[in-house]
Amino acid sequence: MPREDSPGEGRVVLSDADIARALKRIAHEILEANKGASDLVLLGIPSRGVLLAQRLAAIIAEVEGTAVPAGALDITMYRDDLRKQPTRTPMPTSIPGGTVDARVVVLVDDVLYSGRTVRAALDALGDYGRPRAVRLAVLVDRGHRELPIRADHVGKNLPTSHSEKVRVRLLGHDDHESVTIAGGEP
Amino acid sequence: MSDQKLTIGEKLSPGPGVRSLVITGARIVASAPSVATATETADARVADVVIVDGVVTDLTASEAPSDAQVIDADGLILLPGFVDLHTHLREPGREDAETICSGSRAAAVGGYTAILAMANTTPVTDTAEAAERILDLGRACGLVDVQPIGAVTHDLAGGTLAELGLMHRSRARVNVFSDDGRCVADARVMRRALEYIRSFGGVVSQHSQDPALAGPNACCHEGELSGRLGLPGWPAVAESVIIARDVQLARHTGSRVHVAHVSTAEGVDVIRWAKAQGIAVTAEVTPHHLALTTERLAAYDPVFKVNPPLRPIEDVQAVRSALADGTIDAVATDHAPHARHDKEHAFEDAAFGMLGLETALSVVASVMVEGGLFGWSDLARVMSSAPAGIAGLADHGRPIVPGEPANLVLVDPAAAITVDRSSSQSLSRNNPWHGEQFRAAVHTTILRGRVTAAEGAPAAC
Amino acid sequence: MSDSTASATATMPRHLLSIADLDADLIRTLLDTATQMQDVQRREVKKIPTLRGRTVINLFFEDSTRTRSSFEIAGKWMSADTINITGKGSSTSKGESLRDTVMTIDAMGVDALVMRHSASGAAHQVAGWVDAHVINAGDGTHEHPTQALLDAYTMEQRIGGLAGKHVVIVGDLTHSRVFRSNVLSLRMLGADVTVVAPVTLMPSGIRAWSEADGFALSNDLDPILTGDRGVDALMMLRVQKERMSGGYFPTAREYTVGYGLTRPRLQRLVADHPDVVICHPGPMNRGLEISADAADAAQSLILDQVAAGVAVRMSVLYHLLAGAKGGAA
Repeated sequence: MPREDSPGEGRVVLSDADIARALKRIAHEILEANKGASDLVLLGIPSRGVLLAQRLAAIIAEVEGTAVPAGALDITMYRDDLRKQPTRTPMPTSIPGGTVDARVVVLVDDVLYSGRTVRAALDALGDYGRPRAVRLAVLVDRGHRELPIRADHVGKNLPTSHSEKVRVRLLGHDDHESVTIAGGEP
Repeated sequence: MSDQKLTIGEKLSPGPGVRSLVITGARIVASAPSVATATETADARVADVVIVDGVVTDLTASEAPSDAQVIDADGLILLPGFVDLHTHLREPGREDAETICSGSRAAAVGGYTAILAMANTTPVTDTAEAAERILDLGRACGLVDVQPIGAVTHDLAGGTLAELGLMHRSRARVNVFSDDGRCVADARVMRRALEYIRSFGGVVSQHSQDPALAGPNACCHEGELSGRLGLPGWPAVAESVIIARDVQLARHTGSRVHVAHVSTAEGVDVIRWAKAQGIAVTAEVTPHHLALTTERLAAYDPVFKVNPPLRPIEDVQAVRSALADGTIDAVATDHAPHARHDKEHAFEDAAFGMLGLETALSVVASVMVEGGLFGWSDLARVMSSAPAGIAGLADHGRPIVPGEPANLVLVDPAAAITVDRSSSQSLSRNNPWHGEQFRAAVHTTILRGRVTAAEGAPAAC
Repeated sequence: MSDSTASATATMPRHLLSIADLDADLIRTLLDTATQMQDVQRREVKKIPTLRGRTVINLFFEDSTRTRSSFEIAGKWMSADTINITGKGSSTSKGESLRDTVMTIDAMGVDALVMRHSASGAAHQVAGWVDAHVINAGDGTHEHPTQALLDAYTMEQRIGGLAGKHVVIVGDLTHSRVFRSNVLSLRMLGADVTVVAPVTLMPSGIRAWSEADGFALSNDLDPILTGDRGVDALMMLRVQKERMSGGYFPTAREYTVGYGLTRPRLQRLVADHPDVVICHPGPMNRGLEISADAADAAQSLILDQVAAGVAVRMSVLYHLLAGAKGGAA
């Protein structure tokens, strides 16, 4: 659901053009690391990770000429912070081809922060099967890892402080595309 | 027997040697002779009352014996002591829920000078010996006159008659008979019982609930709420068909029938008709049926589970009007103590019954007097003189005039109390009034000139 | 951490005792989550860690293999520790009181009591005594909230959103907790509801109740099935044979002719409304309230209901137990 913002809140660190360029680069990196498109499956973490996974799949299809499946992996039920907030409704999980066994799974998310989302995604993935390899692609890495998790492909490294808010907006979810940083200690 | 001591001032301590009592400045209200809503001023006079050797005298306060105890009754109302036609004292058999002594303490605190003890004890009061035992235990405690009720049928089984005559001839002088808890459902048995007691002017108090229309599982009023709640209930008609049958049997046999705990408009209509025919029927209503509706059951709290059940507002309004216009003669508490574990079951499985002795005055005053339906003299009628007359208790419910036995109660109409079930005199705690606030409360109870309760505390017994 | 995941929901109540504890939004949340829980049901590793470390007691005072095993599986798939205890429904004063029984279990520090009891209101009473969350798995003839939720879920899966759809409920309404819960949930979801039963099997006060809550009544089944309004979903309720001997109804044969989903009725219904769905909470009396043909028809959702039961109960356990403490405490 589109996030409402007061106009002009925060500063734009990635414009729509920047985002497009970053995704193109990440797509190429994924193909490079995998030496092609075979056995690849992109799983986005809802909500915006799913959009990004679809975009990457489309770029890869254009570049390689082969379709790479894109799906979604919801991690709500695997979070380690459930007790800290009211329960949320999980979003759909869709594993293209029905299995991750022996595939190369690329997890896709918009922002990498503490790493706990990715940890939950790895646990969830494990209950779906045994991938040959798992890689991580994120649009933004804002630092402050709390777990030993790192991304294989990063759109932009964005040093932030805890008090700042990073907002990613994508068409298909929001009405425009940008990455902004707001807040922070003066 | 009890280590409850009177904790109020010396003035009211009732040591056994006390022979005289002076009540100063009380508003004396005798019961209204007729059933119309009497005006307060007609029967109310502020005066002193001097009691010597258990009898009201014509002495003035200054003429009273010098060692007389004095009660300052400024602002208080003096009424004849209350008489309860319907109490369950649980002894013998369930002394964990109540004993004759604890029940007597509750009665005294509630303003009662006489209570009639229902027969559904273990064993059942269906013999002269059993009745005399209860009489003796009540006297040993001495805080209230305990008059045993005898069962109508042996062991309350509804079949053969109990020893009605022997119970009447016994020292207990049983005059009121009841299988309460159960209905005398067999018309032939009811007819025989009515015929049998006619010779000594007895009366059958009937728990009017047709067992065919109100099955053993029925636990509440059958209506919209019970339909929603999924509780098996019983309809008003199960009460009125028994009343209709019994008043006609009373007419046929020329005997007296008393309708216990009337709860429905339909039942009231039948009684009104019967009285218009000159049939010898009397009726009682409980404080809880005057005040509470079936809506209380929405939370499934077994404290509100009672038989007959709480009814919808239309029935509550009908019994209130009937009490005001005399169709219903008396208030009777149906005081039904239960041990906690008997109530802490699922609603359908819990025991039936509520406490009532200690709160009766406050509830009736609140609903009927403060509610503008009748006055204090009518209250005196329904809580004292009428029940005394039905039960044949000659010393109770008397006018407050010289020569009469001093069975009295002082009521504070502006006491402003909040009911706390944990401070009850009863051994049980199934009190539906916990947390409720009332204006009027009993101040002092006097049995044959002796203070049996004052300011919420009973005398030692 | 991703900033945008699934939306936070309105606060779930502490207990699920009655459908009345929910509203349309909360029902929507529970059903949406159940959809995702069915995915867990279909995959090979039927386990998610969400309720790991929680203890759920299935306290059944009344026998029910179906509901109890459904809750047990639901709890285990959520990684909770689930334990079944058979309660003794003692109505005698000599047995342990209900309060003592549940407080003893509660004192062990359990997180949730899933309770079935033969007395209406038992779950409500227990919820007032214990610290654990209480989930009503059926209390007497009063309610069976998870059944109503799974009924709504199953119907939606086949016929889409229930708003404006016509659902007809037929059977012994007086003694049916499925009816009481369903009439609440269907109305919350905006369905039109008609209930059909012989007069003697309708609860007391039903007329006033139906007017207050906005559902229709009929004592005659055929005009409802063939009426202009049509039928989107038909819910047949179980009729207990003991009711016949209890004087509620003359004979089983007369019931079936008047109110059963017989083969001729089924054929006519399906001819008029091929997309109609048929539900039954089970267990069925084949041949009494529902013919074998109807139970096995393509339109029958009976087995889907059973499958949905686990997913719906997983959703209920999740939303009541997994989140922050607080809310309706």
